[in-house]
Amino acid sequence: MIKVKDVSFSYQAGTEIIKDITLHFDQRSTAIIGQNGAGKTTFVKLLKGLLKPSSGDIIIGDSSVNETTPATLAKQIGLVFQNPNDQIFKRSVLEEVLFGPLNIGQNPELAKENALNALKMVGLENRLEVNPQDLSLSDKKLLCIASIIAMDTNIIILDEPTIAQDHLGKQKIKEIIQSLKEKQKLVMTIIHDMDFVAENFERTIVFQQGKAILDGSTREVFAESDILAAARVEPPSITQLGYWLGYKQVFLTEKELIETIKTDSKIAL
Amino acid sequence: MKKIVVENLKYRYPSTEKLALDDISFTINQGEFIGIIGQNSAGKSTLCQALVGLVPHFYQGAYGGKVIVDGIEVKQSSISELSLKVGIVFQNPFTQVTGSKLTVYEEIAFGLENMGLTRIEMLERIDSVLDLFDITAVKNRNPFDLSGGQMQRMAIASIVAMKPDVIVLDEPTSQLDPQGSEEVFRAIGELSNQGMTVVMVEHKIEKIAEYSDRVLLLHEGKCVDFASPADIFSRDDLHEYGVVAPVYTRVCQALKQKNIDKKTYPATLSEAVEVLRGKIHD
Repeated sequence: MIKVKDVSFSYQAGTEIIKDITLHFDQRSTAIIGQNGAGKTTFVKLLKGLLKPSSGDIIIGDSSVNETTPATLAKQIGLVFQNPNDQIFKRSVLEEVLFGPLNIGQNPELAKENALNALKMVGLENRLEVNPQDLSLSDKKLLCIASIIAMDTNIIILDEPTIAQDHLGKQKIKEIIQSLKEKQKLVMTIIHDMDFVAENFERTIVFQQGKAILDGSTREVFAESDILAAARVEPPSITQLGYWLGYKQVFLTEKELIETIKTDSKIAL
Repeated sequence: MKKIVVENLKYRYPSTEKLALDDISFTINQGEFIGIIGQNSAGKSTLCQALVGLVPHFYQGAYGGKVIVDGIEVKQSSISELSLKVGIVFQNPFTQVTGSKLTVYEEIAFGLENMGLTRIEMLERIDSVLDLFDITAVKNRNPFDLSGGQMQRMAIASIVAMKPDVIVLDEPTSQLDPQGSEEVFRAIGELSNQGMTVVMVEHKIEKIAEYSDRVLLLHEGKCVDFASPADIFSRDDLHEYGVVAPVYTRVCQALKQKNIDKKTYPATLSEAVEVLRGKIHD
């Protein structure tokens, strides 16, 4: 769905933030992880066409980002910003979610249907007339997610979707991701919540200093403890528990570890 | 020594009907690291605002009961007087930045200037917190040019530089990478060991379990429980309050493996490893 070929990018001449990255994205849900400043947000802005590569090219579907405007790309790829305040600008929840679909040319009826469905998915369907600035940070984030879902793009990128979310909010986002996967959408995320990555994403890519230094299934990536440590990436809590209990295998869920311990235990648990 | 005393605190925001805080009472001792947990809308942020006087002085609304910080009753005091005793780091660092300073250095100096410190004292404190929160490299950058994580570190640094007796932090690590979060927890934990009283709201439940001396569980404005992390996270009814225990507790609960006290389940990685090791690898 996305082909990234030899892409580099600099905000200022001489300081490359993205360094010669080549990646192909299929429909697998993908998490991009790495420490602050690794180039993750810059990379997704390049995918979205908000920034143009200094060199190399990115092909979204059949379109090159070098030859396409962000407005055209908006029909194919949606990006939920890290900070909701950078994204929200309308005076009501419904207006905010309607803006994207109408702006990419959906007819008003379909746009409203998509907006209402998206708001229902995030649990804001009863707050249509509320000013977004009166929402809590967690609800603002859910509103931003709804605004992008309503555009019905094939590719959806979520920048730090779990910020300010409690357990129920995370469960809601987990269900949204699952629902988008079932609709054959490519869901990508930039995220620091490794437990959420382990449970929800099939593929993981590790960024360090502008380079993609690891790329594979989430289990394969979290098995590379030395490389992760060098990239200042902490494995998921459940993976760490398995490691400190002496297991060689990588655990991504509680269930996996509990079943293994039950099998291995020398006393009745 | 009691540092914070909250007695029958009730609070309702203007133009609302429901109490945001409903008859809350607790005490916190000097140097304690207190974690506050609960689902969204439980009243966590409002409680933070009440500890620093923004509730009721800034938000107004209906207020009852008492909050006493270091002997000063919040309602009878002013935000400026309280700011010398207690500092707050907001949930969204964007809302904390003054907007009037052009560099990170000047931003951190702002609070110190208002305290009337000498230039030498200010420079020492600023350099110290820049180093502590690893933002020396961006000290000459405009605060609005920082990444979310850097801005969050700056927001914490600007409060820690004021050396308050009590620091209240509302989700201070939400935009930091895991290593960055760990560094902030460690730095705040060290300040607590040195005598600073810490009150922190966080959804990173594994970190709260590891660093907190006690955890306050809030639900619908009420204090459900205030006890050790192991006691709180071993509660059978935790899910009813929209909170899940750390994964270490959940694994041990599923395997029915309790701490040596035979009452609670492990809440941290080290406790879980201690309990489970030796019972596997037959």
